[in-house]
Parts: sequence; structure tokens; C-alpha cells
Amino acid sequence: MLAELGLEAAEDLFASIPAQLRQKEPLGIPDGQSEYEIRDFFESRASESARGYACFLGAGAYSHFRPVVVDSLATRGEFLTAYTPYQAEISQGILTSIFEFQTMVAQLTGMDVANASMYDGSTAVPEAGMMAARITRRQRLLVARSIHPEYRQVLETYYRHQRLPTSTVNWDPRTGQLDLEDLEASLSDDVAAVIVQSPNFFGIIEHIGEAAELAHRSGALLVVVVSEAASLGLLAPPVEADIVVGELQSFAHPTSYGGPYVGILATKDRYIRQMPGRLVGATLDSDGRRAFCLTLATREQHIRRAKATSNICTNQALVALMATIYMTVFGKRGLRELAEQNLAKAHYLADSIESKEAERVFSGPFFNEFVVRPTARTAREVNALALASNIVGGLDLGRFFPELKGTLLICATETTKRADMDRYTECFGRIP
Amino acid sequence: MTRVRQHQTQDELLVFERSSPGKVGYQLPALDVPAADPVEVLGKERVRESIDGFPEVSEVEVVRHFTRLSTWNYAIDLGLYPLGSCTMKYNPRLNEAVARIEGIVDAHPYQPESMAQGLLRIQRTLETYLADIAGMDAVTLQPAAGAHGELTGLLMIRSYLESQGSPRRVVLIPDSAHGTNPATAAIAGYETREIPSNREGMIDLAALRLAADDSVAALMVTNPNTVGIFERDIAAVADILHRQGALLYVDGANMNALVGIARPGDFGADVMHLNLHKTFSTPHGGGGPGAGPVAVKAHLESFLPVPRIREEAGGLRYDWDRPKSIGRVRAFYGNFGVLVRALAYILAHGGDGLRNATVDAVLNASYIRRGLEDDYDLPYNAPSMHECIFSDARQAKYGVKTGDIAKRLIDHGFHPYTVSFPLIVRGALMIEPTETESKQELDEFIEAMRAIAREVEADPRLVRSAPVTTRTNRVDETLAARKPVLTWRGTPE
Repeated sequence: MLAELGLEAAEDLFASIPAQLRQKEPLGIPDGQSEYEIRDFFESRASESARGYACFLGAGAYSHFRPVVVDSLATRGEFLTAYTPYQAEISQGILTSIFEFQTMVAQLTGMDVANASMYDGSTAVPEAGMMAARITRRQRLLVARSIHPEYRQVLETYYRHQRLPTSTVNWDPRTGQLDLEDLEASLSDDVAAVIVQSPNFFGIIEHIGEAAELAHRSGALLVVVVSEAASLGLLAPPVEADIVVGELQSFAHPTSYGGPYVGILATKDRYIRQMPGRLVGATLDSDGRRAFCLTLATREQHIRRAKATSNICTNQALVALMATIYMTVFGKRGLRELAEQNLAKAHYLADSIESKEAERVFSGPFFNEFVVRPTARTAREVNALALASNIVGGLDLGRFFPELKGTLLICATETTKRADMDRYTECFGRIP
Repeated sequence: MTRVRQHQTQDELLVFERSSPGKVGYQLPALDVPAADPVEVLGKERVRESIDGFPEVSEVEVVRHFTRLSTWNYAIDLGLYPLGSCTMKYNPRLNEAVARIEGIVDAHPYQPESMAQGLLRIQRTLETYLADIAGMDAVTLQPAAGAHGELTGLLMIRSYLESQGSPRRVVLIPDSAHGTNPATAAIAGYETREIPSNREGMIDLAALRLAADDSVAALMVTNPNTVGIFERDIAAVADILHRQGALLYVDGANMNALVGIARPGDFGADVMHLNLHKTFSTPHGGGGPGAGPVAVKAHLESFLPVPRIREEAGGLRYDWDRPKSIGRVRAFYGNFGVLVRALAYILAHGGDGLRNATVDAVLNASYIRRGLEDDYDLPYNAPSMHECIFSDARQAKYGVKTGDIAKRLIDHGFHPYTVSFPLIVRGALMIEPTETESKQELDEFIEAMRAIAREVEADPRLVRSAPVTTRTNRVDETLAARKPVLTWRGTPE
């Protein structure tokens, strides 16, 4: 091929790069390895992880049962190795599945429409904030301190550098729910949106209706964050919200050390043109047959450039497809049963631990996570004991909230075995 | 048209239209704890009645539904996917396998550091290799995609300049740039100012000198640029910026032309992002997930997002104590599974293999350019790197546009190239074959493109009405935007 191009050496292909800018030393990366060696490398790294441990961590990353068909379908090359479906005529498969994803997200959240996905729950939050600011022409965001603390950190990064104001609303220390009096006192006419998570970071179900009423009364929007999608199989959808964002990892992907997950953004019909991200719409082909295509692209960066509603381009399409397959497999009845099992297991575990040497920190209703304060040992001691018997215990909330130091956020899902729950419960007991 | 033959694909309804009450496709084990009555535990008002409209289908229907849909897609696994600036290379299946190893795929982001050493090691190793490839000093793996990396980079630039007592308000962007660049600058709170390209398709140095005043924070540049040409004067560009106290941001979208050959860090980049879903072969999956690690020079290191990974005597640990950090840009540690795949790609190639891939990528693009230059107009004469750009100037005389040629290419069995981008070329055809294509595949592509050029002259209407071999004819995008239907709301009457 070189000869056909009239070139003598591969070097000649790079003649347009000035010699002094070309790399002098070879890359310091070792020689290429075979498939066997690479597998071995990653098996070794995996063995330096908590392989085979029972795990009571949730906190934004949930372990759920994944039917085999999710991966066997999503890894088909026609899905796995396709690009963004800009060429509609040879992308009807992915376009149709995104349309179904948008529909199911809207049905789950009680919203009218949803986009094709965001990076994850955390980055969907500032996108919702910016969207609310465009809609209300106000700037301040009022954020519940009980949303996922890393979501709040991401929001603060986006907002601090744009010089946009945020303030926080406390939780009621008894119930763990949003402190409505604090919310009412904090609302002012510069607030674009109130951002609340339900179930919140402590697993507690929020009073969305009351929060919506207060927000709307002062001209602000209500943004509801959902980080545990499995809750939507059972809980009343946040229909009072104006925007629902969150994380669909529970339905899509194993915990995978934090990613890739799949963010969602859903809203009411009237805000469609202020949405960030890709949208798939139904249309017709030139013969009048139903077809789908990417639409309303004039909101997006490749058309609108500096005036786009967001800079997002690549999203989480394949993970969204996994979620679509998952939601289809479980369907109307399955998601309900899944959620009921989570509720039952978490309540069994909470009652068991409480019957030992521990107290529940919040009295509000919870879904599959709850907060306890061990009384016979410290939280650290409980988890050290657990680790010694191959159990990764709950999350010490002191990591994020100084006032909750020594408390544990504990999660149980349908995959948590009773025997493991009983073993973990024992770790809370007095030393015999 | 020897490459394709029409074959049957199954029609398929939307999954909602396949549903009927009571059908299920799932199984859960029996509860091993007492059931909890939702209404009793949570209160009636907190419990939903049902999920209106949600599907109810059997497992075999799920499998057929998504398998049928899959057959309506084009994919790399079916053939060349020459989208310019998208780097659609083969996605090795090994990478999929290692990302699913137990201990990796089921790891929880909050499991104790002592129980996650292998996972920190994966990140640390990838950071080191990417820094080497980029010629930079430090890397964050947190950003979830290229545009997210751009935002991370610009926020670091902002913080850095503020720490120098010189906050600035303008980001310069060449008119050939990807749309994400100006969109990102706006989201990072900057005004954007466009720098025109010169007749060679490169940054106009005179225009840059004029624009680069002390209000400028940075220039965002893609190199090789979006017309596939190496910015020969990039060192001078960097120098102009640095003299004004501004920084050079390199968009790594086109790194597939440089890995092992030239390093942005050596030509003056202060910050850059890499697209693991382009250069490092992780699958596009119909639009994501990607990963957009950001590499910086030492003077920006303290501004990287938290947490950082630190090597200590007892092992690796996360370091949150970074007072100058811009903060977090994503929960947890980024798209970890994508990082695993990219590292597997790097390990498989090794340093020499990565360099060879670059050589082959540029060779393949040059070969296509040579094969098509007699039939399509070349707007720029400078040598192409990993992609080549033509315009539809010759075909436009017959009333055929780049978008029509693209659709006709579908009939010839290929995915189209990138259409009408970059914006500075009227009627652009942007072609990037990548290194993973054989000469035979390239020859078939060239033959198809030449055949279309002849069709344009002989029967322009045929080309304008393409595609004719697909399941759906040309899709009405205008109608979709005029009357947005974004969710299924029941069968229309």
C-alpha cells in the first residue's frame, strides 16, 4: 500500500508533522500481551478485590439480580458496536429501543417525556439545575442535604465555577425527611429549583407533595432525584415534580466499581425544548411507515454550539439498552415483586439489627436502606468483625456527615440472603 | 453492487404493543424472610397502584423483540464504519470478557480500600500509560465522556488562572471545531470567540495573534484538526497563548493519528482529554458509554478532580485532601468498566503495537484519499492523517449533496462517512477508516464510492432517493421535529 501511495517508508506518512515535534523515545508501555496473559492480569487484580463477599452497601450503587438475557441481548454486535444513530435508515433497532427506554422512564417516573440518557445520576443533577434555571430565569438552587453527597459535590463543582448560587435544606433529625420549615424559610424569589432525593441518601421516602407545593408557591420548580430505581416499582411516582433525574443502574448494570451507569432525565411536555441530551422521536419514512430518528437536535451542541442546552454528546446508550431489556423482562408485575422483596428484606434486617445492640437513627418510612447506630460496639468495630467473616458491612456516614459519625447506612436487596443478614446482625451484638 | 443483497428482516411491534395482561418473563426466588405489606409499612399514599403502560411479555418474546431490533442496525461487526472523527475501530471481545470478571464487575464503589487494591491498581496503571501516550504529567479518569472531559479541563484552567490572580472570560475556538467545544466553554462560564481557518484549513496565526489578548483563558484545538490535517504551527500557537498567559487545551478526538508518533505534551498542550471509546477501542454501544480522561501538565495537577490515587508503602489509597481541586465531576471513579476495557486494549498492543496501529490508521486514510481523489473534490491539499475530507462540489452540479451520497452508500453496503462536518467545508464528506480495516475492505469501499460518483452523473435521481435497500426509506426528520412524539402513548386511532 505504501508503494501505491508513492511512499518508501511508514515514516513518510507523517511528513506533515515537523520533525522536532515527533516523539523521539518509544512509549514506555511494555510489549503486547496475549489474550491468556491479559485475562490472567485482570483475574489477579480481581482477586485483590472483595470477590465472593456478602455486601451490605448501597448508597447509590445497588446489587440486583440480572437475568441472563440482559447481557446476551445487549452484547449482540449489532447493538454493542454501533455508533450514535445519526443515520436513521440503518439504525432503526437502536432508535426503537431508545424510544422504548424514553417511554418506560416516563411511565416509571410519572413524567410525560424522558431523554435518551445522561452519564449517570450525579451529572444529571446539575443538568436539571441548569434546565430549571433556563425555564424560570432564576439562578439559585436549593438542595436537600439528604441527596447523595457525591451528587451534591458534582453539582457544586458545576455551579461554583459558573458563579451560580446554591444553598441547602436540612433534614428533620427525627424522621430523616426534608425539614419543611427549613425549606419554607429558605425559599426566596431567586430560587430556580428545589432539589430533593427520594428515597433520600438515608433510604427514607420524602414528602414530595408538600415539597412541590412549597416550591411552586414561590415560583420554583421541584427536581426529584431517584438513585435507587428499584423503589419506583413500588413507590408512588413523583408526579408533582417538574423534572425527575436519577440513576437507573439498578435495572441496568452491575455495581462495576461505580460505572458505567445510566442517568435519566424526565420532565413535563411543556419543558421539552429546554431538555439536555439526545431525544428520539417517532416519525414516518417516505412511504408513510412508522420510523424513528434523533430529533429536536437544535437544542444540541452539534447544531447550536455555544447556545446549546448542554454540552453532552456521547451518553450511556448501551447501558440504557440494558435497562430497557431489564425493564421489559421484569415488566409491570416483576418490578413490583422485585421492589416488594427489597422492602421485605430491608425491614427484616432492620428489625433484626435493632433487636441487637443498635438503634434506628430515623423514624421516617424507608425502602431498602436504613441508618443504625450500633450501641455495643463502634460502627468501625462492627464492620471489622464483619469483614473477618467475609462480609462488607454498611457505609459509615461519618464519611460524608460529621453529625452522623458512627452510624451505618445499610442496604438489603432481593439478592441479600437471610443467612448473611443473620451473620451480619450478630456482629452488632455484645461480646459474649 | 456486489457487496449487499437484500434479505428478510422480521417486522416487530413496539414492546408495549406486544404486551398482554398477566404475561411474565421473569422469575424471582421465594422470599426467605417474612413479607412486608407495603401499605402497612409505608402508608397507602406512598404506594403506587401499578406502572401504567409498562410491558408484560414472556422471555422468548423479549429475546425475539430485541434480536429483531438488532438486525435493523448497522455495526462495526458488519463492516467498515468510516465516520470521520469518531474512530470506529474493531472492539476486541476480550475487553468485554475481562470487564465482566467477578471481583471487577460486582465490586462496590464503597468497599474498603484494603479490599479494592486490584481496582485501584487498574486505574493507576491506566493513568500512567495514558500520561505517557499524551506526554503529560498526570491524568484523571473520572470524566464519563469526551465533552465531560472538556468541561473538567476548562474548569481546571479557570481555577488555575484564578489562582494566578488572572481570571479571564474568553475561550478561543477555531471555526473547524467540534460543537462540544463551544458548548462546553459556555457551560464552564466562558464567552467563546471564533478563530478563522486559513486557506490550508489550519489555524490562522495572524488572526490568533489578534484575538489572543489578556482576556483569553485558553484556546481549544483538535490536532490533527477536524479536516484531518496536522496543525504544523502548533508550537507557535502554544507560544502565542503562553506569552499572553493563556493555556492550550487539546481535544484528543483525533489521537488515533498520533499515539506513539507525537505527543500533545511535547507540542505545548497544558490540558487535553482522550476518548477511550475512540482511540482505545471501547465499544460505542449505539452512543455510549464512553470515558474522557483528562491529562494535564504539572502546573495544573493540584486542580485535578478528587479523589486522586496515591501510591504509599502499604498500597494504593484515595487522597481527598486536595485543597485546590476543582472538586468532583462525577460520582465514584468514572466509567470504571470502560477503563478496564481500555487498559486491556493497551496491554494487548504494547507500546510498539499502539504505534503500529497509528501508522496503519494513517496509511488506510491516505489510501482511501488516493483512491477517491479522481472522483471527489479535495478542498485542502495538505497531507491527510487518520481521516480525509472531500467536498461534494463536483456532485452538487448534478443536484446531489453529501447527504445524498451518504444515503446511497448505505445501498452499497457501508455505513456513511460523517456528513457536512466540519462546517468550514461546504458539503463535507469526512472519512476515517481506522487501522482495523483490511486493504480488501478499503478497496470495496473505494469501489462503492466511485460507483456512486458514476451514478450521480448517470442518474442523480437514484442517488437523491437513496437508500432503497433498507427496511425504511428515507426518514422524515423534519416531521419528527415539528410534531415531537417522544414516548408511546397508546395505539393511534
